[in-house]
Amino acid sequence: MNKAIHLLLAIALCAVGIGAQPASAALKVLATTPDWAALAKELGGDKLDVYTATSAFQDVHRVDAKPSLVARARNADLVLATGAELEIGWMPVLLQDSGNSKIQPGTPGYFEAAPLVPMLQIPSAVDRSMGDIHPQGNPHVTLDPRNIAIIAKALTNRLAQLDAPHAAFYATRGADFQTRWQTASARWQAQAAPLKGVGVVVIHRDQVYLCNWLGLQELAAIEPKPGVPPSAGYLATLVTKLTATPPQMILRSAYNDPKAASWLAERIHAPVVLLPYAVGGTPEAKDLFGLFDDTLNRLLAALK
Amino acid sequence: MVNVTASSIVFLVAGIASLAPPANAATPDAEDLRAELDALKSDYTTRVQALEERIKQLEANAVAAPPVASLPAPALPPAPPRMSSASAFNPAISMILSGNYANLQRDPSTYRIAGFIPPPSGVGPDSRSVNLDESELTIAANVDPYFFANATAAIQGDGGIEIEEAYFKTLALNNGLTLKGGRFFSGVGYLNEIHSHTWDFIDQPLAYQVLFGGQRSQDGAQLRWVASTDTFLELGAETGNGRGFPGNIRASNGLSGNALFAHVGGDVGDSTSWRLGASWLDDRSEDRRFDDVDVQGSAVVNAFTGRSQTWIVDATLKWAPHGDSTQHQLKLQGEYLHRHEQGQLVFDVDATKRSSNYDRSQSGWYLQSAYQFMPRWRAGLRYDALQSGTPDTALANFVSLQRASPQRMTVMLDWTLSEFSRLRAQYAWDQTRAEQSDREFRLQYIFAIGAHGAHKF
Repeated sequence: MNKAIHLLLAIALCAVGIGAQPASAALKVLATTPDWAALAKELGGDKLDVYTATSAFQDVHRVDAKPSLVARARNADLVLATGAELEIGWMPVLLQDSGNSKIQPGTPGYFEAAPLVPMLQIPSAVDRSMGDIHPQGNPHVTLDPRNIAIIAKALTNRLAQLDAPHAAFYATRGADFQTRWQTASARWQAQAAPLKGVGVVVIHRDQVYLCNWLGLQELAAIEPKPGVPPSAGYLATLVTKLTATPPQMILRSAYNDPKAASWLAERIHAPVVLLPYAVGGTPEAKDLFGLFDDTLNRLLAALK
Repeated sequence: MVNVTASSIVFLVAGIASLAPPANAATPDAEDLRAELDALKSDYTTRVQALEERIKQLEANAVAAPPVASLPAPALPPAPPRMSSASAFNPAISMILSGNYANLQRDPSTYRIAGFIPPPSGVGPDSRSVNLDESELTIAANVDPYFFANATAAIQGDGGIEIEEAYFKTLALNNGLTLKGGRFFSGVGYLNEIHSHTWDFIDQPLAYQVLFGGQRSQDGAQLRWVASTDTFLELGAETGNGRGFPGNIRASNGLSGNALFAHVGGDVGDSTSWRLGASWLDDRSEDRRFDDVDVQGSAVVNAFTGRSQTWIVDATLKWAPHGDSTQHQLKLQGEYLHRHEQGQLVFDVDATKRSSNYDRSQSGWYLQSAYQFMPRWRAGLRYDALQSGTPDTALANFVSLQRASPQRMTVMLDWTLSEFSRLRAQYAWDQTRAEQSDREFRLQYIFAIGAHGAHKF
C-alpha cells in the first residue's frame, strides 16, 4: 500500500514538474487533417501553435484515438475538424478523455469546416447497407478553392473571437489570404479550362468536390460503395462498362493503395494520376496553394 | 450591428411616444410636466442624433472594408424548416449482437483453472455447439454542458440482464480532470476497460479470467488527470463499494476496491504508437464463497475473508504504415498481473468449518499480437501463462490450493467486412486443468448496429 502510494506520488510530482513548463502564449490548435493545419498557419502565422493529427497518407476515417492525440486535445484551445462524421471513429474519444471543456462541440474552441460549405452527395436516406456514407453529405470538401475561401473567412472570425487581443492581426492576415487566394483561384480557373468535361474514374469518392469545381465527369468509382473494397465481380463489370465509355484518367489519392488503380489502368488503358489529395501528399503540395497548383499540374500533364 | 442599432432607435421613439400624456390629463401641474417632457424630448433628440451619426460611421466603415471572399461562392441551399420534436434529443443507441459455435474436446462444465480460487462468474468456455453470446445495448448522450452519461446493458441468452456499465462522466472540470461515477470497468490494466466486441480474441486472457473473473467492475467513482504535456501522461484513482472480484460486498459503510493507475504514451515516427501502464488495486472480501473439490474428490464450499492486492503492468504497441490501417496493421500487447492475498480460509463452510491462515502470491501474464496482413483480414497469436504459487496455509488438499502452472496457446483469424461486422475463427491448446489438456475450436460473429462507436486506443 505504502509502496504504491509512494510510487504514484513520485510519478505525480514528475508530472507536475513537466507540466509546470512556461505556457506559450500562442493559441494551441489541434487540426484533424494537414489541410486544416495549413489553413490555420496561413491565417494565424506565429500566433498559433498548430498540431496535425493525421498526414496525407492516412485515411482520416481510420485513425486511432492514440495517446499522443489525447495529450494534444488536453492542451488545445481550438480543435479544427472536418465534421460531417469524418472523424466520428476517434474524435469523440479525444474530446471526452481530454478533460478540456474549451474544445467540446458547441463551444468556440470546436470548429467544423464541412458544414460551412454547400455539401455534395447528401443522401436522401441513410442505411449502413449503402456503405460508409455520411448523413450530412460527402465530407471531403477541401479540393474546391471556393470552399477554402468560405472556411477561411469563418476561421478568421473564430480566431479573432478566441484570441481577441490579436483580432486586428487575424483580420489583416485573413484579408491578405483572401486576396492571394482569389488571385490564385482565378489563375487555377483559367488553367483548368481544358479539364472541363474530362471523364475520370476515382477510387473513394474523395475527389467529388474537385470534379464538381473543374467540371470533371466522374464516370465510376473503384469502390462499389463508400468504404467498401471492390470484389472481383464488381471489377469485371467495371472493366466492361469503362471499355464502352473509357475515362481519360484514373485519379488516385496519395493515401490510396496503388494496386486497384493500376489493375484497372492496365485493362482500360487509361493513365493513373496520383493526386496529393491533402497538403503533404506530394513533395510539391507544401501548403494549400501548392496543393491546388500540384493537383492541376498533374491533371493537365495527364491530359497531354 | 447596424440593424440592432436601428431597431433600438425604433424602440426609443416608441418609448418617447408612450411618455406623452393623454390630452385631457391637464392638471395644475401641467406646466411643470410639460417642461419636464420638453427636457426629455430634447435629451432623446440629441441621443437619437448621436446614434444616427454612429450608424452613418459604421456604414461608411463597412463600405471601406476590403471585399472579403468575393469568389463566386457556391450558393448554400436554404435550410429546411425544423419542426419542434420531442425526439430531437434522442441519445445515441447501439447494439452489439454476437454468438459462437464451440467444438470443445473436454466437457466445459469440468473446466477449472488449477491452483486458483475460481471467481463467482466462472471461467473457461460457455458450452459446446452453438451459443448466443450476450447482446450489448448501449445508450449514451451528453446530459448537459457538464456531464456525459452512458449505460450498457448485457442481455444474456437465457434472458438475464446485467448492467455492465452505467456511469456519468464530467465534461467541464478542465485542467485535464475527468470524474466518472456509477458502475464502470476499472481503469486498471489495459484490457480491463475494453468491451468484449473489440477484443482481438473470443475470450479474455487466463490472467483476467482467474484474477478478475473476466473484467473488474467498479461501483464507485474514478478521477482521471491528463497532464499538460505533449507526451501523454494520465493518472487515475478509484474507489467504491468493492463488489467486483476479488473483492465482494461486505457489511461495511467503508470504501473498498481502491485503485491507482498511471499511463504514459506517445508516437515513434508516424507509423508507431505506444502506451505503457502501471496499476494497483486493493480489494477486501468477507466470506467470499467458492466451490472447490477436496482430496477425496467431493464437492465442498469454502470461503475467504481478507485482502487481495493486485499489481499490473501493461504495454501496447500499434504499427501501421504512415499510421494508416487500411492495408496493414500490427498490434502487440501484453500484461503482467500479480496478486497477493492474505486472510483466513474457512474450509467446507457447510460442515467441518475448519479455518486456517491464507497467504499467497499468484501471477499471470499474456502476450498477444494481431496482424492485419491484407485489408479486412487479421491473424492473431496469444500465449497465456499463470503461476499459482504455493499458499502459506495449514491445509493444502484442495484443487484450488495445489501448485500449478496453467498455460494456453491461441491462434485466431478474423475477417472484418466493415467497421460493423466481424467473423472470427479461433483455436486454442489449453493446459489449464490439473491433469488433462483441452483443444478448443470456436467460430464467432460480431455485428454492431446503430450509432457509430468510437473506440479507445
